[in-house]
Amino acid sequence: MINWIWMTMLVTGLVFAMFTGNMEEVNEAIFEGAEEAVVLCFGLISILVFWLGMMRIAQEGGLLTLLSKVMSPLVRRLFPEVPKDHPAMGYILSNMTANMFGLGNAATPMGIKAMEQLKELNGGKDEASRSMITFLAINTASLTLIPTTVIAIRMTYDSENPGEIIGTTIAATAVAVISAIAIDRFFHWRRVQRARAK
Amino acid sequence: MAIFTTISMYIIPLLLFVILVSAIIKQVPAYETFVEGAKDGFQMAISIIPYLVAMLVAISVFRASGALDFLLEGIRPVLALIGVPTEIVPLAVMRPLSGTGALGVMSDLLAVHGPDSFIGRLASTMQGSTDTTFYVLTVYFGAVGIKKIGDSLKVGLLADICGLAAAIFFVTLVFGSM
Repeated sequence: MINWIWMTMLVTGLVFAMFTGNMEEVNEAIFEGAEEAVVLCFGLISILVFWLGMMRIAQEGGLLTLLSKVMSPLVRRLFPEVPKDHPAMGYILSNMTANMFGLGNAATPMGIKAMEQLKELNGGKDEASRSMITFLAINTASLTLIPTTVIAIRMTYDSENPGEIIGTTIAATAVAVISAIAIDRFFHWRRVQRARAK
Repeated sequence: MAIFTTISMYIIPLLLFVILVSAIIKQVPAYETFVEGAKDGFQMAISIIPYLVAMLVAISVFRASGALDFLLEGIRPVLALIGVPTEIVPLAVMRPLSGTGALGVMSDLLAVHGPDSFIGRLASTMQGSTDTTFYVLTVYFGAVGIKKIGDSLKVGLLADICGLAAAIFFVTLVFGSM
Protein backbone atom coordinates (compact mmCIF):
# COMPACT_ATOMS: atom_id res chain seq x y z
CA MET A 1 0.00 0.00 0.00
CA ILE A 2 2.65 2.49 1.05
CA ASN A 3 4.75 1.30 -1.85
CA TRP A 4 1.95 2.17 -4.23
CA ILE A 5 1.40 5.64 -2.77
CA TRP A 6 5.12 6.43 -2.83
CA MET A 7 5.52 5.37 -6.46
CA THR A 8 2.40 7.29 -7.52
CA MET A 9 3.67 10.51 -5.95
CA LEU A 10 7.07 10.25 -7.61
CA VAL A 11 5.91 9.11 -11.05
CA THR A 12 3.02 11.58 -11.20
CA GLY A 13 5.36 14.36 -10.10
CA LEU A 14 7.94 13.54 -12.77
CA VAL A 15 5.34 13.24 -15.55
CA PHE A 16 3.60 16.42 -14.41
CA ALA A 17 6.88 18.34 -14.44
CA MET A 18 7.48 17.33 -18.08
CA PHE A 19 4.19 18.95 -19.09
CA THR A 20 4.35 22.03 -16.87
CA GLY A 21 8.04 22.70 -17.47
CA ASN A 22 8.85 22.63 -13.76
CA MET A 23 11.86 20.34 -14.23
CA GLU A 24 14.28 22.78 -12.65
CA GLU A 25 12.16 23.00 -9.51
CA VAL A 26 11.87 19.21 -9.38
CA ASN A 27 15.64 18.85 -9.63
CA GLU A 28 16.08 21.13 -6.66
CA ALA A 29 13.26 19.41 -4.74
CA ILE A 30 14.99 16.03 -4.89
CA PHE A 31 18.08 17.25 -3.09
CA GLU A 32 16.27 19.61 -0.74
CA GLY A 33 13.84 16.88 0.33
CA ALA A 34 16.62 14.44 1.15
CA GLU A 35 18.61 17.04 3.05
CA GLU A 36 15.59 18.17 5.05
CA ALA A 37 14.89 14.60 6.15
CA VAL A 38 18.39 14.07 7.52
CA VAL A 39 18.50 17.47 9.25
CA LEU A 40 15.15 16.63 10.82
CA CYS A 41 16.32 13.28 12.17
CA PHE A 42 19.36 14.88 13.74
CA GLY A 43 17.10 17.39 15.43
CA LEU A 44 15.06 14.47 16.77
CA ILE A 45 18.03 12.78 18.43
CA SER A 46 18.10 15.14 21.42
CA ILE A 47 14.48 14.71 22.44
CA LEU A 48 14.26 10.97 21.76
CA VAL A 49 17.42 10.30 23.73
CA PHE A 50 16.16 12.38 26.63
CA TRP A 51 12.64 10.91 26.79
CA LEU A 52 13.57 7.29 26.35
CA GLY A 53 16.09 7.79 29.15
CA MET A 54 13.43 9.22 31.46
CA MET A 55 10.97 6.49 30.47
CA ARG A 56 13.49 3.83 31.45
CA ILE A 57 13.64 5.38 34.92
CA ALA A 58 9.81 5.40 35.04
CA GLN A 59 9.85 1.71 34.15
CA GLU A 60 12.51 0.74 36.70
CA GLY A 61 10.92 2.94 39.37
CA GLY A 62 7.66 1.04 38.99
CA LEU A 63 5.73 4.01 37.67
CA LEU A 64 4.53 2.14 34.58
CA THR A 65 3.38 -0.79 36.74
CA LEU A 66 1.52 1.61 39.02
CA LEU A 67 -0.23 3.20 36.08
CA SER A 68 -1.20 -0.26 34.82
CA LYS A 69 -2.77 -1.06 38.18
CA VAL A 70 -4.75 2.18 38.21
CA MET A 71 -6.10 1.52 34.74
CA SER A 72 -6.82 -2.17 35.18
CA PRO A 73 -10.51 -1.98 36.30
CA LEU A 74 -11.34 -0.01 33.17
CA VAL A 75 -9.35 -2.26 30.88
CA ARG A 76 -10.91 -5.40 32.33
CA ARG A 77 -14.31 -4.07 31.24
CA LEU A 78 -12.99 -3.48 27.73
CA PHE A 79 -11.78 -7.07 27.39
CA PRO A 80 -14.47 -9.23 29.04
CA GLU A 81 -13.07 -12.37 27.38
CA VAL A 82 -9.66 -12.07 29.02
CA PRO A 83 -9.39 -13.67 32.51
CA LYS A 84 -8.41 -11.24 35.27
CA ASP A 85 -4.87 -12.42 35.97
CA HIS A 86 -4.03 -13.63 32.48
CA PRO A 87 -0.62 -12.42 31.21
CA ALA A 88 -2.38 -10.88 28.18
CA MET A 89 -3.77 -8.21 30.50
CA GLY A 90 -0.31 -7.12 31.63
CA TYR A 91 0.98 -6.78 28.09
CA ILE A 92 -2.13 -4.91 26.93
CA LEU A 93 -1.72 -2.45 29.82
CA SER A 94 1.99 -1.86 29.31
CA ASN A 95 1.38 -1.33 25.60
CA MET A 96 -1.35 1.23 26.29
CA THR A 97 0.79 3.01 28.86
CA ALA A 98 3.75 3.25 26.52
CA ASN A 99 1.45 4.67 23.85
CA MET A 100 0.12 7.26 26.30
CA PHE A 101 3.60 8.69 26.62
CA GLY A 102 4.12 8.78 22.89
CA LEU A 103 6.74 6.05 22.93
CA GLY A 104 5.57 4.64 19.60
CA ASN A 105 8.23 2.10 18.69
CA ALA A 106 8.81 1.14 22.32
CA ALA A 107 5.15 0.10 22.58
CA THR A 108 5.37 -2.30 19.64
CA PRO A 109 7.12 -5.25 21.37
CA MET A 110 4.52 -5.25 24.16
CA GLY A 111 1.70 -5.06 21.61
CA ILE A 112 3.02 -8.12 19.80
CA LYS A 113 3.32 -9.97 23.12
CA ALA A 114 -0.29 -9.09 23.91
CA MET A 115 -1.43 -10.40 20.51
CA GLU A 116 0.43 -13.68 21.09
CA GLN A 117 -1.40 -14.18 24.38
CA LEU A 118 -4.76 -13.28 22.86
CA LYS A 119 -4.17 -15.76 20.06
CA GLU A 120 -3.50 -18.49 22.62
CA LEU A 121 -6.72 -17.57 24.43
CA ASN A 122 -8.52 -17.96 21.12
CA GLY A 123 -7.24 -21.52 20.69
CA GLY A 124 -4.41 -20.56 18.32
CA LYS A 125 -6.73 -19.86 15.36
CA ASP A 126 -5.49 -17.65 12.51
CA GLU A 127 -8.62 -15.55 12.87
CA ALA A 128 -8.87 -12.25 14.78
CA SER A 129 -10.84 -12.70 18.02
CA ARG A 130 -13.16 -10.11 19.55
CA SER A 131 -10.46 -9.02 22.03
CA MET A 132 -7.89 -8.70 19.25
CA ILE A 133 -10.13 -6.37 17.27
CA THR A 134 -10.81 -4.28 20.39
CA PHE A 135 -7.09 -4.12 21.20
CA LEU A 136 -6.29 -3.06 17.66
CA ALA A 137 -9.01 -0.39 17.61
CA ILE A 138 -7.77 1.18 20.85
CA ASN A 139 -4.21 0.92 19.63
CA THR A 140 -4.75 2.74 16.36
CA ALA A 141 -6.59 5.54 18.17
CA SER A 142 -3.76 5.47 20.76
CA LEU A 143 -4.60 7.69 23.72
CA THR A 144 -1.69 10.13 23.91
CA LEU A 145 -0.70 12.25 26.89
CA ILE A 146 2.54 13.64 25.54
CA PRO A 147 3.17 13.64 21.78
CA THR A 148 6.95 13.55 22.25
CA THR A 149 7.99 13.33 18.61
CA VAL A 150 5.62 16.09 17.50
CA ILE A 151 6.94 18.45 20.17
CA ALA A 152 10.49 17.65 19.11
CA ILE A 153 9.74 18.47 15.47
CA ARG A 154 8.00 21.71 16.46
CA MET A 155 11.17 22.66 18.33
CA THR A 156 13.38 22.09 15.32
CA TYR A 157 11.16 24.49 13.35
CA ASP A 158 11.55 27.19 16.03
CA SER A 159 8.02 27.14 17.41
CA GLU A 160 7.43 29.83 20.06
CA ASN A 161 5.55 27.31 22.17
CA PRO A 162 6.28 23.73 21.02
CA GLY A 163 4.11 22.19 23.75
CA GLU A 164 0.98 24.25 23.08
CA ILE A 165 -0.60 21.40 21.12
CA ILE A 166 -0.57 18.98 24.09
CA GLY A 167 -4.04 20.10 25.21
CA THR A 168 -5.68 19.77 21.81
CA THR A 169 -3.91 16.45 21.21
CA ILE A 170 -5.22 14.96 24.48
CA ALA A 171 -8.75 16.13 23.66
CA ALA A 172 -8.68 14.83 20.07
CA THR A 173 -7.14 11.50 21.02
CA ALA A 174 -9.71 11.02 23.80
CA VAL A 175 -12.51 11.46 21.27
CA ALA A 176 -10.72 9.03 18.94
CA VAL A 177 -10.43 6.37 21.65
CA ILE A 178 -14.06 6.73 22.76
CA SER A 179 -15.19 6.51 19.12
CA ALA A 180 -12.95 3.48 18.56
CA ILE A 181 -14.54 1.67 21.49
CA ALA A 182 -18.06 2.60 20.38
CA ILE A 183 -17.42 1.54 16.76
CA ASP A 184 -15.81 -1.71 17.94
CA ARG A 185 -18.82 -2.46 20.15
CA PHE A 186 -21.18 -1.74 17.25
CA PHE A 187 -19.37 -4.15 14.92
CA HIS A 188 -19.29 -6.78 17.66
CA TRP A 189 -23.05 -6.37 18.17
CA ARG A 190 -23.56 -6.77 14.40
CA ARG A 191 -21.50 -9.98 14.37
CA VAL A 192 -23.57 -11.38 17.22
CA GLN A 193 -26.80 -10.49 15.39
CA ARG A 194 -25.59 -12.18 12.21
CA ALA A 195 -24.51 -15.29 14.08
CA ARG A 196 -27.99 -15.49 15.59
CA ALA A 197 -29.71 -15.04 12.22
CA LYS A 198 -27.85 -18.07 10.95
CA MET B 1 -9.35 27.90 26.87
CA ALA B 2 -6.45 29.20 28.96
CA ILE B 3 -6.64 25.94 30.87
CA PHE B 4 -5.34 24.01 27.85
CA THR B 5 -2.24 26.18 27.58
CA THR B 6 -1.68 25.93 31.34
CA ILE B 7 -1.93 22.13 31.27
CA SER B 8 0.42 22.06 28.32
CA MET B 9 2.98 24.14 30.18
CA TYR B 10 2.97 22.17 33.44
CA ILE B 11 2.53 18.60 32.27
CA ILE B 12 6.12 17.89 31.21
CA PRO B 13 7.98 19.35 34.23
CA LEU B 14 5.42 17.69 36.52
CA LEU B 15 5.90 14.32 34.87
CA LEU B 16 9.69 14.58 35.15
CA PHE B 17 9.31 15.41 38.84
CA VAL B 18 7.08 12.39 39.46
CA ILE B 19 9.47 10.08 37.58
CA LEU B 20 12.46 11.27 39.61
CA VAL B 21 10.58 10.97 42.91
CA SER B 22 9.60 7.39 42.02
CA ALA B 23 13.27 6.63 41.37
CA ILE B 24 14.24 8.00 44.80
CA ILE B 25 11.54 5.94 46.56
CA LYS B 26 12.46 2.72 44.74
CA GLN B 27 16.19 3.49 45.06
CA VAL B 28 16.73 3.14 41.33
CA PRO B 29 20.19 4.27 40.14
CA ALA B 30 18.57 7.03 38.08
CA TYR B 31 21.61 8.22 36.16
CA GLU B 32 22.72 4.78 34.96
CA THR B 33 19.14 3.81 34.12
CA PHE B 34 18.66 7.03 32.16
CA VAL B 35 21.77 6.41 30.07
CA GLU B 36 20.71 2.83 29.32
CA GLY B 37 17.27 3.90 28.04
CA ALA B 38 18.66 6.95 26.23
CA LYS B 39 20.85 4.75 24.01
CA ASP B 40 17.66 3.38 22.42
CA GLY B 41 16.59 6.91 21.53
CA PHE B 42 19.70 7.44 19.44
CA GLN B 43 19.09 4.18 17.58
CA MET B 44 15.47 5.14 16.93
CA ALA B 45 16.33 8.56 15.48
CA ILE B 46 18.94 7.10 13.12
CA SER B 47 16.72 4.22 12.01
CA ILE B 48 13.97 6.49 10.65
CA ILE B 49 16.33 8.40 8.32
CA PRO B 50 15.75 6.15 5.26
CA TYR B 51 11.96 6.32 5.65
CA LEU B 52 11.97 10.08 6.01
CA VAL B 53 14.33 10.63 3.07
CA ALA B 54 12.13 8.46 0.84
CA MET B 55 8.96 10.23 1.84
CA LEU B 56 10.24 13.81 1.88
CA VAL B 57 11.83 13.45 -1.56
CA ALA B 58 8.59 12.04 -3.00
CA ILE B 59 6.51 14.81 -1.43
CA SER B 60 8.96 17.51 -2.55
CA VAL B 61 8.89 16.24 -6.14
CA PHE B 62 5.11 15.95 -6.09
CA ARG B 63 4.76 19.52 -4.82
CA ALA B 64 7.49 21.13 -6.97
CA SER B 65 6.03 19.65 -10.16
CA GLY B 66 2.74 21.44 -9.55
CA ALA B 67 0.81 18.16 -9.26
CA LEU B 68 -0.15 18.78 -5.62
CA ASP B 69 -1.59 22.24 -6.35
CA PHE B 70 -3.56 20.82 -9.24
CA LEU B 71 -5.04 18.11 -7.02
CA LEU B 72 -5.80 20.42 -4.08
CA GLU B 73 -7.42 23.08 -6.30
CA GLY B 74 -10.07 20.51 -7.17
CA ILE B 75 -11.18 19.79 -3.60
CA ARG B 76 -10.68 23.27 -2.14
CA PRO B 77 -14.31 24.49 -2.52
CA VAL B 78 -15.72 21.43 -0.74
CA LEU B 79 -13.42 21.75 2.26
CA ALA B 80 -13.77 25.54 2.46
CA LEU B 81 -17.45 24.99 3.25
CA ILE B 82 -16.53 23.36 6.58
CA GLY B 83 -13.53 25.59 7.31
CA VAL B 84 -10.79 23.06 6.64
CA PRO B 85 -7.63 24.22 4.84
CA THR B 86 -6.87 22.09 1.79
CA GLU B 87 -3.20 21.88 2.71
CA ILE B 88 -4.03 19.43 5.49
CA VAL B 89 -5.54 16.80 3.15
CA PRO B 90 -2.28 14.98 2.29
CA LEU B 91 -1.60 14.52 6.02
CA ALA B 92 -5.11 13.21 6.73
CA VAL B 93 -4.73 10.70 3.90
CA MET B 94 -1.20 9.64 4.91
CA ARG B 95 -1.80 9.34 8.68
CA PRO B 96 -3.45 5.88 8.72
CA LEU B 97 -1.13 4.56 5.99
CA SER B 98 2.35 5.27 7.25
CA GLY B 99 3.67 6.71 10.51
CA THR B 100 6.98 7.85 9.09
CA GLY B 101 5.21 9.01 5.92
CA ALA B 102 2.85 11.16 7.98
CA LEU B 103 5.80 12.45 9.98
CA GLY B 104 7.33 13.56 6.68
CA VAL B 105 4.14 15.31 5.54
CA MET B 106 3.75 17.00 8.92
CA SER B 107 7.30 18.34 9.03
CA ASP B 108 6.85 19.59 5.48
CA LEU B 109 3.69 21.48 6.55
CA LEU B 110 5.53 22.97 9.54
CA ALA B 111 8.43 24.04 7.32
CA VAL B 112 6.16 25.70 4.73
CA HIS B 113 3.51 27.29 6.97
CA GLY B 114 5.35 27.62 10.29
CA PRO B 115 4.70 25.58 13.46
CA ASP B 116 2.61 28.35 15.08
CA SER B 117 0.21 28.86 12.17
CA PHE B 118 -3.30 27.37 12.12
CA ILE B 119 -2.15 24.72 9.65
CA GLY B 120 0.97 24.02 11.74
CA ARG B 121 -1.04 23.50 14.92
CA LEU B 122 -3.66 21.41 13.15
CA ALA B 123 -0.97 19.22 11.57
CA SER B 124 0.77 18.77 14.94
CA THR B 125 -2.48 17.78 16.65
CA MET B 126 -3.47 15.37 13.87
CA GLN B 127 -0.05 13.72 13.93
CA GLY B 128 -0.16 13.27 17.70
CA SER B 129 -3.74 12.15 18.11
CA THR B 130 -4.09 9.00 16.02
CA ASP B 131 -1.82 6.11 15.19
CA THR B 132 -0.99 4.32 11.96
CA THR B 133 -3.76 1.77 11.50
CA PHE B 134 -2.06 -0.09 8.65
CA TYR B 135 1.24 -0.32 10.54
CA VAL B 136 -0.35 -1.68 13.70
CA LEU B 137 -2.46 -4.10 11.68
CA THR B 138 0.48 -5.33 9.60
CA VAL B 139 2.99 -5.61 12.42
CA TYR B 140 0.80 -6.98 15.21
CA PHE B 141 -1.24 -9.45 13.18
CA GLY B 142 1.71 -10.32 10.95
CA ALA B 143 3.93 -11.15 13.92
CA VAL B 144 1.51 -13.70 15.38
CA GLY B 145 0.14 -15.06 12.09
CA ILE B 146 -3.43 -13.78 12.02
CA LYS B 147 -4.74 -14.10 8.48
CA LYS B 148 -8.47 -13.42 8.81
CA ILE B 149 -8.63 -9.87 10.14
CA GLY B 150 -12.43 -9.65 10.49
CA ASP B 151 -13.73 -6.14 11.11
CA SER B 152 -10.31 -4.86 12.26
CA LEU B 153 -9.55 -2.58 9.31
CA LYS B 154 -13.05 -1.07 9.17
CA VAL B 155 -13.06 -0.33 12.91
CA GLY B 156 -9.53 1.13 12.80
CA LEU B 157 -10.16 3.42 9.83
CA LEU B 158 -13.51 4.69 11.14
CA ALA B 159 -11.82 5.52 14.45
CA ASP B 160 -9.10 7.38 12.52
CA ILE B 161 -11.72 9.52 10.77
CA CYS B 162 -13.26 10.41 14.17
CA GLY B 163 -9.81 11.35 15.51
CA LEU B 164 -9.00 13.57 12.53
CA ALA B 165 -12.37 15.33 12.76
CA ALA B 166 -11.86 15.84 16.49
CA ALA B 167 -8.43 17.37 15.82
CA ILE B 168 -9.98 19.94 13.44
CA PHE B 169 -12.70 20.70 15.99
CA PHE B 170 -10.43 21.21 19.01
CA VAL B 171 -7.73 23.19 17.17
CA THR B 172 -10.39 25.57 15.84
CA LEU B 173 -11.93 25.82 19.32
CA VAL B 174 -8.68 26.53 21.17
CA PHE B 175 -6.65 28.55 18.68
CA GLY B 176 -9.45 30.10 16.57
CA SER B 177 -10.04 29.45 12.90
CA MET B 178 -7.51 29.99 10.12
